[in-house]
Amino acid sequence: MTEKTVLNATHRALGARMVDFGGWDMPINYGSQIEEHHAVRRDAGMFDVSHMTVVDLHGARTREFLRHLLANNIDKLKAHGKALYSCMLDERGGVIDDLIAYYLGEEFFRLVVNAATRAKDLAWIERQAKAFDVQVKERPEFAMIAVQGPHARGKVLGLLHEVDRPRIEKLGKFAAAAAQGPHGMPLFVARTGYTGEDGFEIIVPAEHAVALWEALAAAGVKPAGLGARDTLRLEAGMNLYGQDMDESVSPWEANLGWTIALDAGRDFIGRAALEAQKAAGVPRVMVGLVLDEKGVLRHGQKVLTANGEGEILSGSFAPTLDKAVAFARIPAGEPGAIRVDIRGREVPVRLVKYPFVRDGKPCEGI
Amino acid sequence: MSEIPGDLKFLKSHEWARAEDDGLVRVGISDHAQGQLGDLVYVELPEVGSAVKAGAGAAVVESVKAASDIYSPVSGEVVAVNELLNDKPETINEDAFGEGWIFLVRPSDRAELDELLDANDYEELVENEDH
Repeated sequence: MTEKTVLNATHRALGARMVDFGGWDMPINYGSQIEEHHAVRRDAGMFDVSHMTVVDLHGARTREFLRHLLANNIDKLKAHGKALYSCMLDERGGVIDDLIAYYLGEEFFRLVVNAATRAKDLAWIERQAKAFDVQVKERPEFAMIAVQGPHARGKVLGLLHEVDRPRIEKLGKFAAAAAQGPHGMPLFVARTGYTGEDGFEIIVPAEHAVALWEALAAAGVKPAGLGARDTLRLEAGMNLYGQDMDESVSPWEANLGWTIALDAGRDFIGRAALEAQKAAGVPRVMVGLVLDEKGVLRHGQKVLTANGEGEILSGSFAPTLDKAVAFARIPAGEPGAIRVDIRGREVPVRLVKYPFVRDGKPCEGI
Repeated sequence: MSEIPGDLKFLKSHEWARAEDDGLVRVGISDHAQGQLGDLVYVELPEVGSAVKAGAGAAVVESVKAASDIYSPVSGEVVAVNELLNDKPETINEDAFGEGWIFLVRPSDRAELDELLDANDYEELVENEDH
């Protein structure tokens, strides 16, 4: 049974092309994916991300629990409202999911996890939480709208109660706070995103989501589908769970080493396996590729290197760059001249450091 | 969606064929197909002079989303390709039945045209697909 977000009828009324995404009936575009992509890079766009799962954790030992559950260190969160990106690993060091954790009180943290992994995430979190006496509560009564782009914050601020505006305007990156939206609706506003642009991700009670969406549209924010969201996050160098990593991959092999905190004495799930893999040598690395010729890099294409074969993970035409880029996982070591097999043709590609795009502009060397 | 021109014949896989006055057959994809594919970003055209076979892959169109094979509705020799698509693949999105044509074939067996769907049959096929 396909699930629908509370904004489903709104998307259909806008003429969206709907697709199944992890069991959810979601808009892939509202006409042109490329125009929606550019709207976010140049102005402001909004995405319905209500399919994502909000999980609240309560209990005196919640922080201690998250020290154990997450590969990044929850103790980096020192101020209320601050957010942390982390992997949740299994004992073998494989990635169960990537998520954002918010520090909302000494006995209250919020996790936002992926939609397609909801059931296994909840089962895993609940199992691990028992020993810490932490209460795990899913919050399906919330919808979520991501508003992204260079003018996104300004347009959202204009809709907030004036008492809240200065405080939300000053909200730092990767921080969240409560605020009142149109008609006094209660919002949880986080300065986070998945596009490489500034903006907010807003959690709103489902019954107010349509009114918030319409107020944002009236403020000039363009609806954007999951298609644009995918090309935006790829250009910004952000991983997609299930495509760029899963349980068969360690964070070292998914370019997520920066999220692993090997601080002394913290016994998080998967740590022993990660340390063993690092000591033995990580066999595969994730790299960025650019195709300067015509054509498109796609998930599953074979990558040929001096050390053997690899595979394209996320690959797409990148609208900001007007050419194709990709993440690939290839054998570790000097790869030599890299080629990609596109329908039987070996096409040369360039290995680059990513992100490919930052603040609306191509990065140097792309 | 734009109206389906009555002089076109179709494959079930959404390619159209138009028999021109000079006996050549022009090939493209339907407006419905471009809508399904989304923004096109690259077209791999066949080589002029190459042989194509009815129902076999002759070109590839790539949207942001996916790559799709384009099957030739008739067998024969490719005598021209739409070079405009090299720089402006989005022409297919804008005018699938006109400026967005893909290649032109000198057919070896014009009887193959009779095996294709006519505009009405194709319209029915698309309507059923949408439901």
